[in-house]
Amino acid sequence: MNSSFFDNKNTLGLLFMLPAGVLLLLFLTYPLGLGTWLGFTDAKIGRAGEWIGIENFQFLIGDSVARLSLFNTLFYTTVASVLKFVLGLWLALILNRRLPFKSFIRAIVLLPFIVPTALSAIAFWWIYDSQFSVVSWTLSKMGLIDRYIDFLGEPWLARLSVTAANIWRGVPFVAISLLAGLQTIPPSLYEASSIDGATPWQQFWNVTLPLLTPIIAVVMTFSVLFTFTDFQLIYVLTRGGPLNATHLMATLAFQRGIPGGALGEGAALAMLMVPFLLAAIMFSYFGLQRRAWQQGGGDK
Amino acid sequence: MSDKTDAAGMEYLQSLPRRWVTLYIPLGVFMFVLLFPFYWMVMTSFKSNEELMSKAANPFWIVKPTLDHFEKLLFRTEYPQWLWNTILISVLSTFISLFAAVLAAYAIERLRFRGSRQVGLSIFFAYLVPPSILFIPLALIVFKLGLFDSVWALILTYPTFLIPFCTWLLMGYFRTIPYELEECALIDGATRWQILVKIMLPLAVPGLISAGIFAFTLSWNEFIYALTFISSSENKTVPVGVITELVEGDVYHWGALMAGALLGSLPVAILYSFFVEYYVSGMTGAVKE
Repeated sequence: MNSSFFDNKNTLGLLFMLPAGVLLLLFLTYPLGLGTWLGFTDAKIGRAGEWIGIENFQFLIGDSVARLSLFNTLFYTTVASVLKFVLGLWLALILNRRLPFKSFIRAIVLLPFIVPTALSAIAFWWIYDSQFSVVSWTLSKMGLIDRYIDFLGEPWLARLSVTAANIWRGVPFVAISLLAGLQTIPPSLYEASSIDGATPWQQFWNVTLPLLTPIIAVVMTFSVLFTFTDFQLIYVLTRGGPLNATHLMATLAFQRGIPGGALGEGAALAMLMVPFLLAAIMFSYFGLQRRAWQQGGGDK
Repeated sequence: MSDKTDAAGMEYLQSLPRRWVTLYIPLGVFMFVLLFPFYWMVMTSFKSNEELMSKAANPFWIVKPTLDHFEKLLFRTEYPQWLWNTILISVLSTFISLFAAVLAAYAIERLRFRGSRQVGLSIFFAYLVPPSILFIPLALIVFKLGLFDSVWALILTYPTFLIPFCTWLLMGYFRTIPYELEECALIDGATRWQILVKIMLPLAVPGLISAGIFAFTLSWNEFIYALTFISSSENKTVPVGVITELVEGDVYHWGALMAGALLGSLPVAILYSFFVEYYVSGMTGAVKE
């Protein structure tokens, strides 16, 4: 192995990149291109498509279900992300304080994030059951309702129920990531500001939040990205129903593309998510830049 | 970070009632909500069907615990096969990804070949491409390669989201290893391969564990590819098998569904409990880098 061929950085670099490169090009870059192309064809399962230009996109814009799925996706992403951020930051601040059994608590807080979403969604499915829901049982025993709530049966109630399940899963991720950010803030800043007479509220707004902004930007970008492209929670809980009220773009793309067989239309729908994802990525990129700048990192 | 350096040096000034209102009660509510679905999973999976369907009984407790649902799951469904598939797929795709990621991270971070910066950046962007925009074209590719309805379809496609993550994480770890170690070895006549195997990898073991644990749980939890690329029951993974095979028409076997969810969650939960710190540092490391 000591020949000059293998000592050349460029050759060796290429060789080392080979396994990752082949897998990523074949199963990531190529499908990304193929998916874009499919979006402009009328491909069906078992039949190669013909180029039909922007017909799929024109159809989708005129399709009320597709428009509803865009609305649902935006609603789901916005509401869930805002609440995940607020609750996650609150939980992070709580966990950053002095607590008994701190590391144990921190460990079990993350459980909703690590168990398979499809499986925890089954638990929510049962909690939201129209006849045997434990929430309805408790509320009716307390005398607050007289009829069981049909959580997944009414459009708006279903939207809110799936959003709640998504928040449940996402809060631990946001909280634990922000906690890691909180722990990098030097305690001396808090001591100095409290000597200057700052209240805890002022400390939060003027010390914690500004120093945490870069990591918030990154964490929330990931959170928005995963919520926007969510699939399994909806697929398990409602499959898009009732009356398509909970269809996200990903679940509709699946329904049209795989069981429906309209590969071209499904791919077009999936590709419509890309502009939104690019916006999120740009946001993350500038968040990262700002972070490097704050640490005096320069161009990195 | 130890408790002493926490950003709460003035907390002894707070009175106990105030601590209850601002700290313990909110924390208690958070913990209750976050853990309740798990409690509910356990309760439901040990309840008999009569108890499950009774509106009179207190649903929070079990009068007569039963193992019926587990018995049905393990002996009258293909659950053990799904469990085996999931283990096989997760282990293999994790190892393939770690292997590819170690080489890639070393090349990008240490060999500094021409274009390595751009390659590093594109790996980061690859991490941001979600499976739900790729599954339709990937289904076609998998079909063309003759992998459709085979566990290999998943073993080979899972690395697309595992490699970017692992590479990114390991790049961060390699960056912390001093260059001098490598230079000494080069002067002593070691090849790059020897340096990677004998110097870098032993020093990067924590990073390898973080990346490995995280990759394993990600592949265990994967759903959309497994749902799309696999059609026959004996090749399914646990999450997809439970969702698609245990629901017969309109009859929901809640006990068996919950038992399936519980058994399918336990392996990752146990693995996680042994490696909490590695897992957390993997998760936050990927976010912070």
